[in-house]
Amino acid sequence: MAPTRTDRIGELDPAPPKFGLAEWIDQQTGKLFVLPAVIILLTFAIFPLLVSAYLSLTKFKLVAGGFDLRYVGLRNFKKLFFGSQQYHLLGTFDAFGPFEWAVFVTVIAAVVFWFWRFFTGGAFNVAGLVGRLISASLLVALTWLILATVFGGYPGSLVVTLFYVFVGVGVQFCIGLGLALLCGQAIRGRNAFRIIFFIPLMVTPVGIAYMFRMLADMQRGPLAYVWQWFGLGEFSWAADPWTARLVVLIGDTWQWVPFMFIVLLAAIENMPRDQLEAAKIDGAGGWQIFRDITWPSIAPVAATIVLIRLIEAFKIIDLPNVLTNGGPGIATESLTLHSFIAWRTQDLGGSAAVGYTLLFVSTITCVSFFNFIGQRTRKTEA
Amino acid sequence: MRERSFFQRLFEPPSLTEMAPASKLLTYAILIGWTIVVLFPLYWVLITSFKLPFQVNDGPDFIPFIDYQPSGHAWRYIFVELGNDTLRPYLNSIIIALTSTVLAVIIGSLAAYALVRIQYNVKIGTIAGFIVLLGATVYSINRFGTPWHLTAAIALALFFFFATSFGRYFKRALKNNDILFWIISNRILPPVVAVLPIYLMFQRVGLLDTHVAMIATYMAVNLPIVVWLMRDFFAGIPIDLEESAEIDGASRIRIFATIVLPLARPGLAATFLLVLILAWNEYLLALFISTADAQTMPLLVAAQNATRGPQWWYMSVLIVIMIAPIVLMTILLQKHIARGLMVGAVKG
Repeated sequence: MAPTRTDRIGELDPAPPKFGLAEWIDQQTGKLFVLPAVIILLTFAIFPLLVSAYLSLTKFKLVAGGFDLRYVGLRNFKKLFFGSQQYHLLGTFDAFGPFEWAVFVTVIAAVVFWFWRFFTGGAFNVAGLVGRLISASLLVALTWLILATVFGGYPGSLVVTLFYVFVGVGVQFCIGLGLALLCGQAIRGRNAFRIIFFIPLMVTPVGIAYMFRMLADMQRGPLAYVWQWFGLGEFSWAADPWTARLVVLIGDTWQWVPFMFIVLLAAIENMPRDQLEAAKIDGAGGWQIFRDITWPSIAPVAATIVLIRLIEAFKIIDLPNVLTNGGPGIATESLTLHSFIAWRTQDLGGSAAVGYTLLFVSTITCVSFFNFIGQRTRKTEA
Repeated sequence: MRERSFFQRLFEPPSLTEMAPASKLLTYAILIGWTIVVLFPLYWVLITSFKLPFQVNDGPDFIPFIDYQPSGHAWRYIFVELGNDTLRPYLNSIIIALTSTVLAVIIGSLAAYALVRIQYNVKIGTIAGFIVLLGATVYSINRFGTPWHLTAAIALALFFFFATSFGRYFKRALKNNDILFWIISNRILPPVVAVLPIYLMFQRVGLLDTHVAMIATYMAVNLPIVVWLMRDFFAGIPIDLEESAEIDGASRIRIFATIVLPLARPGLAATFLLVLILAWNEYLLALFISTADAQTMPLLVAAQNATRGPQWWYMSVLIVIMIAPIVLMTILLQKHIARGLMVGAVKG
């Protein structure tokens, strides 16, 4: 941290510091610089967060001249997780087949192995144990949920959100990295590509949603002849849950690849050149160079942008709301959209409860990623 | 130099710094392929905005003047017949995005600068005491009906009494990094959790669907980003100039306004552009807080679906006028905007 002003001046100027009223006021105003930001965040983030927590425990009713809140305890959450709204948040379950059991057991085994490494690794501490327990239980619960709903059952908004987040971020990262690696080579027109590839990031998500609705139209869109060629002219992607989700994912990917691309390209361009040339002289292959030189030097940046994307991806609403209106049925509804729909039907308690579910899942996921994956890339760099 | 066969020339790089022709070709093919993926949707929206309804419904036409005769009917409808219904949201968007961005950049820069240059030492005990007294104040006003100014005055007096007398017994304190982390971590908070109480709050004070409410909310959600980016820019400014101004007797605010801000101009530009675009594109908060008077462009575009069914020609016009300024800005100022992203991401 930068030393305080008074310390520095003491070093430079041996004369005794002045103690006037004007100086004292100046000192205090300096301290007040951070106050507006803190007050705004308290008013618009922390206070609403607490009120939301209370709302999620109440039943909201409009009465003449205002509204009425009645405390109902955890009933809103109970309704979402076990009651009449379970299909909406979690989905409809299907019994496990052999495939589901195999995957589930593999995940459990991986978690057990991870804990075993932690206990025998010599770095045991209580905070680490609690953190790992929280992360592991969320992982196991979500794995069970995905396995129970995706194959056979019907996924609810939580699983759909996870699909957008993990599949989306994964695909965007891979495409972005690939383009950045190609563009980072000594080719002409690099700047033109950089500018063009950057554009989608800045386009309004609502606009993107309509754009892809037009493009994906099987009869009147630009690809109509292609669909007819495949005999799919009468097929409607909007009526099938997975194709609808896929179109949302494509729109999201179109928008967010540029972010990955532009930051990874900067990281690749900042790499030390000498190591790379030495490796080439030694006759290292492309894959070898990537694995041993490029990847270790861009891994910290990669971890950071994946974290930033994870944080933002959990908030997705514009695309599913406009592109498919959450449909068919609830097939493309994200958690934020689910919460909005509950709000629109005057179910404020349920809306807040869905919001809090999102808050817990996204916070635990992002913190886990930061602690258990993000930190590791930094260590390998050092 | 030995003679190389055709295939060798195709697949082997001629020198260490150059690429083999085959891999060069493949690279260009992929990059140009992605260029088409990026540009074609934008092109399609642009040409659709010049189509007549029957031209859209008859199936895909690709090239204006050859496949179909472009017409400005949709543009005329949006700008002349709808007139104010289009211009009002457009003006709202401009006012709200610009004002909230300017405010967020000013307040965020102040905080970021202070977190770089001034040591803070906020005792946890002080915060806890403040919260307890605040809770007690609210409770006693609601429960016992005590007059609010009297209660607040007593609580403030108690707070200062305790802070000065017992404050030094609390050792644990929040340092600059803790404050910074707290400010940035607000970004993890899903907006949908915060927006319900914000909605009720504005409803109580009668500010729903006004510019003030929109500007205040947008400013608040973008503040963490400003603090995060500007902190890195300020940290890169050498302290010497500020110190000499300090010795000359300049006040904190003067130093900040006349020395630090001019030096941080590139960073300010990058942050400003990035936040401006975020505010311009924002959808969820507008969905809750504005309904008619303060409606912004994203809402207008999204509402096309509900009111008139998919009338693509009109929609395309709206999308074009909404994204054209952003795309132009991106192309012209790409370097500055990307710098904002880079600082945030590369330094973590």
